[in-house]
Amino acid sequence: MRLFPLGDAAVVLEFGEGISPATHRAIQAFSAYLAQHPFVGLIEYVPAFTTLTVYYDPWLVSDNGQHPPYERVAETLRQMLPAAQATAVAGPATDVEIPVCYGGTYGPDLAFVAQHAGLAPEEVIALHASPEYLVHMIGFAPGFPYLGGLDARLATPRKPQPRALVPSGTVGIAGPQTGIYSMPTPGGWQLIGRTPLRLFDPAWAQPSLLQAGQHLRFVPISEAEYQHRQQHES
Amino acid sequence: MSLSILRPGLLTTVQDLGRHGYQKDGILVSGAMDATALRVANLLVGNPEVTASLEITLLGPRIRFEADHLLAITGAHLSPTLNGQPVGLNRAIWVRAGAELAFGAPVAGSRAYLAVSGGFDIAPVLGSQSTYLRAGFGGLHGRALQTGDLIPCPGPTAAGQKLMQALAQDAPQAAWAQARWTPGPELCPKPQPNPVVRAISGPEYTQFSPESQLNFWQQPFMVTTEADRMGYRLQGPMLERHSSGELLSSAVTFGTVQVPAGGQPIVLMADHQTTGGYPRIAQVISADFSALAQLRPGQHIRFAEVSLAEAQALYLAQEQRLRALRRAVNARTM
Repeated sequence: MRLFPLGDAAVVLEFGEGISPATHRAIQAFSAYLAQHPFVGLIEYVPAFTTLTVYYDPWLVSDNGQHPPYERVAETLRQMLPAAQATAVAGPATDVEIPVCYGGTYGPDLAFVAQHAGLAPEEVIALHASPEYLVHMIGFAPGFPYLGGLDARLATPRKPQPRALVPSGTVGIAGPQTGIYSMPTPGGWQLIGRTPLRLFDPAWAQPSLLQAGQHLRFVPISEAEYQHRQQHES
Repeated sequence: MSLSILRPGLLTTVQDLGRHGYQKDGILVSGAMDATALRVANLLVGNPEVTASLEITLLGPRIRFEADHLLAITGAHLSPTLNGQPVGLNRAIWVRAGAELAFGAPVAGSRAYLAVSGGFDIAPVLGSQSTYLRAGFGGLHGRALQTGDLIPCPGPTAAGQKLMQALAQDAPQAAWAQARWTPGPELCPKPQPNPVVRAISGPEYTQFSPESQLNFWQQPFMVTTEADRMGYRLQGPMLERHSSGELLSSAVTFGTVQVPAGGQPIVLMADHQTTGGYPRIAQVISADFSALAQLRPGQHIRFAEVSLAEAQALYLAQEQRLRALRRAVNARTM
C-alpha cells in the first residue's frame, strides 16, 4: 500500500497499479474496516479502481492544532492495514441486467470506438454486451457505476474536450473502463448507447441503484423497446 | 417567520457546509463555494457554523423580511441596501419586520452569503440543506430561488436574540440597525480580482513536461466564461503530459486542478464530481478556496507552490482565527 496526499485534507491509499479483483477486494475490505473503526477526524472515504481516498478534518486529526495532521493520519492508516486486510467483506451479490439501445443518437461515438478498434459497430455491441462486469465503484456523479471487465479491444481514449452535456443513462467507454451516466452532466467518455433505467433517486431508501461489488450485464435492446421502457420508467 | 423573495437575482441558492459521507455513492459534497465567508456570517448571527445561508451570485436578490430578524452578509461586495440605505458587510444587522434587502452593483468578488439567525426551516436531504442544482435536490425544492418563494425560518437562536435586543435598544425608532463591530481582514478579506492562489503539486504533477510544470507556476491563467459551481475552465499556456497512458478514475476534490488532453486546466469547485480520470497537476490549498470562490470570468490567477506542511499550517491558523471569532461572539452574548 502506497500513501500520498490529495491536498491538505485528504490522503490517497493506493492498493495496486491496474484493475484487478484482488485490488478491488483490498479496497472494499479497508472501506469496511474504516466504516466500523472510524478515527477522530475521519470525514468520509471514496473507493476507486486502485485507490481509497480518505477525507479528514486536519483540525481534529491534529488534536486541535497540536500535531502535523498528514503525518498523524498516515500513521493511523498504516497501523490499520493488517487488521483491515483481515476484514471479510460480504458485498451485494445480486446480478443486474442493464438494457441498452446501442448506436444512433443514443450512442454517437459507437462508430469512433469501432474504427479505433478496427471492428464493425455490430462487433463492438456484441463484445460490450457479452462479459459480466464488476461494479468497482460508484463515482463521478450520483449512482454512476465504474465497471471492470471491458474487453481490451474496446479500450478507447477519452474525448480531447468533454461534451458540455451527456444525457442520463448514456453508456460510455474511457480507456479500459466502461460506465453509465446516471444524470445529465458534462462528460468526456466515448458514448456508445443508452439505458432507459434510472440509476439514482435521492428519495429511494438506497439512493444508488448499483453498489460497489455487484455484477451486471448489458442487454442490447431496440430503439422501440428503449422508448417503451423509458415511458415505463418515468 | 419567513423571507419573501421579491426578485431572485442571478443565482441564489441555499447552501450549508455540504453533504458529507455520500461521495462513495457518487453524491457530491456541494455546500458554500466560500465556506469561510459562510462560517463567519453564521458566527456573527449566533448560529452554529454549519447552518445553511443564501449563496448570492453577482447580481443579488430582493428580499422582504416578514418578521424581525438578525442577519449578516459576508463574502463578495455586491452593494447591499436595506430599505434603500447602504448596509455594511461582515457585521450583525437587526431588521424589523417589513424591511427590504436589495443588492446593486457587484463591486468586488462574486459570491456573497446572507446568514439569518436560526437558519431556514427546510428539510435536509441526506443530512444537508445544500442545493445540488444539477441533481435537483436539497435547498428550496432542489433549485435556485425564484420570485414568489417563501423561505420559512424557525426564528433567531438564543444568542441571536441577545444580539438583536442590543441592536434594537440602540435604535428604537429605526427599521434596521447594524453593529459597528466586524472581524478583521484575515477572516473577511476584500476579494482580489487577480489573486495568487497557493497550491500543492498534484498526484500526476511529474507526468507533465518540465516546460509545462514551469509554465503552470509562472504564467497567469484566465477564468473563462465556463465557470460555475462545478468548476472553472482556465485558459493559459498549454499543459502537456509526456506520459500518454489513460488514467484510472480516482477521487478529486475542491481545488483539484485537472488537465484534460486539450491542455487547458479545470479547477474543481464545490459541486465537483467525486472522481475523475484527468491528470491532477495541482491541488489548491484550503486556505485559498475563498479566493477561488470569489473569482469572476475574465480575471486571472497565478499559482504559487507551497509544501503540504505549509498548507496544513495555514489551514490550522485559519481554524484558530475562526475559533477566536466564535469566542469573541460568545463573550458578547453571555
